[in-house]
Amino acid sequence: MVDAYYPGSLAEALELRTERGAIPFAGGTDLMVKYRRPAGVLPELPGPVVLLGHLDELARITEEGGILHIGAAVPLSVIESDRRLPYLLRSSASQMASPALRNVATLGGNIGNASPAGDGICALAALDARLRIAGSQGSRSISLEEFITGPGTTLLREDELITEITLRPSDCTRVFYRKVGTRKANALSKLSVCADAAVQDGVITDIRIALGAVAPKVLRMKDIEESLRGSTPEELSERIPDVLAAYEKHIRPIDDQRSTARYRKTAALRLAEEFLRNLSEEENRE
Amino acid sequence: MNQIHCRINGSPVAISSPGTRRLLDVLRDDLGLTSVKEGCGEGECGACSVLLDGKLVNSCILPVLAVSGGDILTLEGLRETERGRCIIDAFAETGAVQCGFCTPGMVMAAAALLFEHSDPTEQEIRIGLSGNLCRCTGYDMIVSGVALAAERGRGLW
Ligand SMILES: Cc1cc2nc3c(=O)[nH]c(=O)nc-3n(C[C@H](O)[C@H](O)[C@H](O)COP(=O)(O)OP(=O)(O)OC[C@H]3O[C@@H](n4cnc5c(N)ncnc54)[C@H](O)[C@@H]3O)c2cc1C
Ligand code: FES
Ligand code: FES
Repeated sequence: MVDAYYPGSLAEALELRTERGAIPFAGGTDLMVKYRRPAGVLPELPGPVVLLGHLDELARITEEGGILHIGAAVPLSVIESDRRLPYLLRSSASQMASPALRNVATLGGNIGNASPAGDGICALAALDARLRIAGSQGSRSISLEEFITGPGTTLLREDELITEITLRPSDCTRVFYRKVGTRKANALSKLSVCADAAVQDGVITDIRIALGAVAPKVLRMKDIEESLRGSTPEELSERIPDVLAAYEKHIRPIDDQRSTARYRKTAALRLAEEFLRNLSEEENRE
Repeated sequence: MNQIHCRINGSPVAISSPGTRRLLDVLRDDLGLTSVKEGCGEGECGACSVLLDGKLVNSCILPVLAVSGGDILTLEGLRETERGRCIIDAFAETGAVQCGFCTPGMVMAAAALLFEHSDPTEQEIRIGLSGNLCRCTGYDMIVSGVALAAERGRGLW
């Protein structure tokens, strides 16, 4: 019995997906831990796996017409050091896991795993990322937000693979990234806040706030963001209490071994407040 | 069963094994490379660190099939090189080794760091070692060991 395939191309990987029902396996940093068994015993994966980490087609970062295409199997260590990529994404990649993990772990895997605490997912949600998904019938594009449906669940079909993440350019330069964990390295987030904004001629022209690990999915409230666009920093400063109250209603964290619901909620709101305050005060000084 | 061809410590090796078997088990049980330790078995402690194509990886969560065509270096290989001896001597001098369980992984993490940054800052050293746990030393001596290896090995890295 074959428990793992090493395809020569993306086309072959897709064939293995369709014909053998092989499970996508990129860095394996989620899969190998989830299905681990005692030392010396094979991991108990629910089926054969198809390795993706070595495929050049999934390991490229390109820029076409201003749109960034990030291969699903690009390791995080490459993401953190590629200056073409948004600083928010690079910051979150650079604080995930540890150097050894970042050499193999991928964004495709972070998305496929669909953990509410996934740090890559949180940054990508703030950046309005879309995914390119290939299947036996061709390929489709879908927003990350739609693709992830809940904790550990996605719209990936049996014959499909995520091939790339696409990002449109943004003018946001007020980048704010905070991850709260028990240890600097190798700690899954208790919660995280990924936010950025653009300010032009004293007006907030764009603003995005994504809160990780405080709800079944990354929390982004586009109606609130929309209502803040066009505000001046002074106007923003007056609205902060209302905005935080609106977030508070939608934050539904859980208690688990990493943290408590109460801690998550309080810390997420305080960090969102810090971002909004920085934004309002920084501009007043200009 | 998969047939895997790779290089380990400079020699070509053919491995016949289920592809999802952990590289750690192959290195220790099949090849006797026992410098590679199992601490946590889930990517958190770095005791099982080896280099794959010059990059630090945790062999406890790496399936052996993923190293096909790759070049693996363990402490058994590194210590035969001038670079390896430089780090080992520096660790010994700064008292970076107590019980020694974390040491092979720490030395591999130090090597990966120095290959990339020949003259690391203290902050870069701490990040380079951040995936490796040590229960004995309190880390400062290990950080000094890496700094000493960088300084003394100028030109080597
Ligand atoms: C010690 C440790 C620390 C960690 N720290 C963090 C952290 O700080 N932040 C964080 O967010 N995560 C962390 N993780 C979790 C994990 O490393 C990340 O989620 C990582 O991004 C997973 O990527 P991978 O390539 O290793 O995924 P894999 O394990 O290969 O795959 C994960 C899931 O995605 C699916 N998948 C993979 N690639 C594709 C694809 N191309 N198309 C479709 N489905 C795919 C797989 O089938 C699987 O379900 C940590 C894990 C460990 C062990
Ligand atoms: S044994 Fe591999 S990281 Fe702990
Ligand atoms: S010297 Fe004992 S664990 Fe590091």
